[in-house]
Amino acid sequence: MRIITYREALREALKQEMGRDDTIIMIGEDIGRYGGPYKVSQGLFDEFGPDRVIDTPIAETAIAGAALGAALAGLRPIAEIMYIDFSFICMDQIFNQIAKIRYMSGGNVIVPVVIRTQMGKKGSAAAQHSQCLEAIYAHIPGIKVITPSTPYDAKGLLISSIRENDPVVFIENCGLYSSKSEVPEKPYTIELGKADIKREGNDITVVAISKSVRDSLEAADELQNEGISVEVIDPRTIKPLDSDTILESIEKTHRLLITHEACKTGGLGAEIAAIVAENGMYNLDAPIKRIAAHDTPIPFAPKMEDYVLPSKNDIIKGIRELMKE
Amino acid sequence: MPVEIPKEVLKNFKCYTPYKAPEGLSVKKQLGMFYTMNLIREFDTKVTDLWMENKIYGIAHSYVSSEAIAVGACAALDPEDYIVSTHRGHGHCIAKGSDVKKMMAELYGKYEGYNHGKGGSMHIADVENGMLGAQGIVGGGIPFALGAALSSKVLNKGRVSIGFHGDGGSNQGVWHEAMNMASAYKLPVIYICENNQLAISTPLQNVTGQSDLYLRANGYAVPGVLVDGYNVFAVYEAVKKAVDRARAGQGPSFIEARTIRFLGHFVADDQWYRDLDTVKPYWSLEPLGRMRAYFLDNKLAGEDELKIIEQQAVKDVEEAIDYASNDCTEPPAEKLYEDVYAGGEIIK
Repeated sequence: MRIITYREALREALKQEMGRDDTIIMIGEDIGRYGGPYKVSQGLFDEFGPDRVIDTPIAETAIAGAALGAALAGLRPIAEIMYIDFSFICMDQIFNQIAKIRYMSGGNVIVPVVIRTQMGKKGSAAAQHSQCLEAIYAHIPGIKVITPSTPYDAKGLLISSIRENDPVVFIENCGLYSSKSEVPEKPYTIELGKADIKREGNDITVVAISKSVRDSLEAADELQNEGISVEVIDPRTIKPLDSDTILESIEKTHRLLITHEACKTGGLGAEIAAIVAENGMYNLDAPIKRIAAHDTPIPFAPKMEDYVLPSKNDIIKGIRELMKE
Repeated sequence: MPVEIPKEVLKNFKCYTPYKAPEGLSVKKQLGMFYTMNLIREFDTKVTDLWMENKIYGIAHSYVSSEAIAVGACAALDPEDYIVSTHRGHGHCIAKGSDVKKMMAELYGKYEGYNHGKGGSMHIADVENGMLGAQGIVGGGIPFALGAALSSKVLNKGRVSIGFHGDGGSNQGVWHEAMNMASAYKLPVIYICENNQLAISTPLQNVTGQSDLYLRANGYAVPGVLVDGYNVFAVYEAVKKAVDRARAGQGPSFIEARTIRFLGHFVADDQWYRDLDTVKPYWSLEPLGRMRAYFLDNKLAGEDELKIIEQQAVKDVEEAIDYASNDCTEPPAEKLYEDVYAGGEIIK
């Protein structure tokens, strides 16, 4: 099958969906002629024109709010927030408005809005351009949250998100844009809320989010030589979270490590650990371990940034420790 | 001979004003401003080179060609006054008197840098010197300047604050919120919009119905003026007037310092999205050449004297690079949690 990048897979999903349904629009900063800061929307402005690929002023609140208003009045907007860090500017529109209007209206409206954004390490982009904030979105009822880790998932999940009638926060990872995998040319969907077992194993379950999936798969490859068989689960959708797949895996492996690049405190790892403690504790032979970022802002200095973020080696070390239990 | 500005440039750049120092500004001070502008030019020229050589990292934005704004504005301030900067902040730091050695060390990610390598290019803060911080969020610093002015008023300190921002920042909601509050409370704040007319790749006129931004201030009962952003004396005069007004308790001012962005949004941006040939004639507006010609034409300084100043700036930046690359240390791992909380608490 054809191999393309994560970036190209996203672009193809946008292009195919916009070609299929002319109520889909894109709205965001520098997404038009410039093609987006990471080139995801390159070429779409030329193909669909300025009424459907809308370059905005730097005004995140208006971008998110306009997407909501447009959705209420018949469009299916894809709003882009350039960095997830900038989404804090429009928290009111996302959390108080987009997430709640269907509920507050007693189900009178649908809100088919996708908010596309990206997170993660760029290399010394420092504290306001590098955060991983997926857990904050997962906390708010009314929105669905997607964190694709492969080009295949990126395309299928984006198409599903666009067709979804509820608001979706679609969080890409900057460190994955150039990663490659097999991706079908034809449009396809991936069910939201369904985890994917990226690698089957028997000794330990690793639940990894976004770019940590790749690190976990590399860790699993190395540990295979030591005779440790690692199962790697990518939830893909973190809200709703597919806890069944995780619990079933633990019934088999009896060990759980969770890893993500967001801060440890209040991260998805805490939620997953709680779900397993509530529903699968007697299946565990060892304590649950979380490998996550330190609870500090992301520092600028390259060495410091390396200290903060979890690495493949941290995951390997954590797995070895759990296997000793 | 003054720098020759092509007719077409003058036609399109309507806020052009010739270099002429205001009364009362000594030649010594003017030459000091010339030195600071050269220091900024040299600093950010070298920053671009160093980034290309992979010696400094991350997202860095060059202040080259905007030197007149930071220098003209900060020359009208007292040392105790405050400024708040943007993502394009090196020029503001230098103009406020920050040490280029500690700035360069920060850009190298070294522990001896202004912020121990935790901030980097976009987040240099030199609070002791009244520089309350650069910004990674467009428009994010606008309310800081409001707050600093509020503090000055409450504590009766007589200090003013300047909130630098760009045309991009002026389209954020917070710009309007801050302008309204500053006017309502008559705060001693001066908002300076460095209008380079491009937000990354997006031309201002595509995303605003009124690209004469200074006119907006009127809607908030704040005096708004437009100045030639390449003319350090024009900026100085406008800011001086605003400072006097602020110190007299008459409230905020808004100054649109208009330029044209010559260089990329960030240091590695090759600007494929613009026709750079159309920009070339506008380089004649850049401030260093015009200021140099002004000194020579008016016989305020000789060629030798200007060269000494220019060479001093080069030497100072060389020393800063030498300091950052040879005399500074990498931040140690155990310092990671330092500075998260004021009491040195480690919470995890």
